[in-house]
Amino acid sequence: MADSAVHNIPSVYEPSLFGTYSKKIGMWLFLLSDSLTFGALLYAYSYGRISTAGWPTPFHSESIVNATIMTAFLLTSSLTMVLAVRASVHHDAKAQTLWLLATMICGTGFIVLHGREWTKLIAEGLTLSMFPAVPGQEAASEFASVSKGVPQFASTFFTLTGMHMLHVTLGVIYLGVVALRRKFIPILLGLWLVAWLATPAYSPFHYGAHVLLIAAIVCGIILWLKPKLYDSSDVEVAGLYWHFVDLVWMFIFPLVYLMSAKIL
Amino acid sequence: MDTIQIAIAERVAEQHRHHGKALFFWVWGALLLMTGIEVYLTYQNMQPVKMLTILMGLSLIKAALIIGYFMHLKYEVSRMKWLTMCSVVACLILMTIFFFPDAFRILYLGVK
Repeated sequence: MADSAVHNIPSVYEPSLFGTYSKKIGMWLFLLSDSLTFGALLYAYSYGRISTAGWPTPFHSESIVNATIMTAFLLTSSLTMVLAVRASVHHDAKAQTLWLLATMICGTGFIVLHGREWTKLIAEGLTLSMFPAVPGQEAASEFASVSKGVPQFASTFFTLTGMHMLHVTLGVIYLGVVALRRKFIPILLGLWLVAWLATPAYSPFHYGAHVLLIAAIVCGIILWLKPKLYDSSDVEVAGLYWHFVDLVWMFIFPLVYLMSAKIL
Repeated sequence: MDTIQIAIAERVAEQHRHHGKALFFWVWGALLLMTGIEVYLTYQNMQPVKMLTILMGLSLIKAALIIGYFMHLKYEVSRMKWLTMCSVVACLILMTIFFFPDAFRILYLGVK
């Protein structure tokens, strides 16, 4: 940032209507619109629950523990994110990168645990018609009756949590670009290959992994067209997105998991 | 960014520099604690409506902490606070008005 330019500002300074810079206002506007997307999905889930007789409460304590650890990962990632913003405003580039990487690790932990949860539920019979059939699923289909009896449960569950997982994935990629810039592209391509090759063909993640490839292409084009050093304002704007993803989970966790816990 | 944007960004960064780390750790601790309370309540065999009310109350407090401290909205100018929060709340109220009376109607009439 050019200090001389900053110090010459007062004579031509025109206060912003919202007291902050345009990028941040743009991100807030995006988050407001995105909150309506999640609001609609949460309302659709709640609507289905209220209006459907015999709504299932299928989550064992194992699922609840898993979701609680996922919540802890997201909350911790929000803390590391604010610390990254703090480091960036103090012009501590090393700490900024380290805290951003810590945030990405927590976000990746969340995605891995969520992916494991999805895989387990699908193997137990909670599935959508668009998902490929799992070999040998009939033998251990605890959730098969749920999928057949109340199909709204699987539809709303996978849509809501899938949309959130996509947001977390894009958030990790966003932070990766801010933290590592061009160096992140080969890492992203490596992650795509691992995710694609390590998941079986019947897993939704086998195809979902291509999100990483698309993201690598888009990020590559952006970084090629507009290479830049990201400053504290970029880190703060990325942080706003990340905290929003955390915020949304604070409603998904109790509504979807805790309210559907199987109490023995 | 042009010079005015740089100046505003620098002023915002200056505001951030005054916030100590301890506050963020307290907020993080409070969020974890409330999450623990939510999980504990899940296994207390409460009435669903009562439990939903408590869980949503705690979620709103958690959301307020995240928006206020982590997203820094507490320190923004009041015009920004009011415009962002009022517009979201207004839209969510509209969704509530449209969605829930119908959901309860179906429940009352029975699912065919």
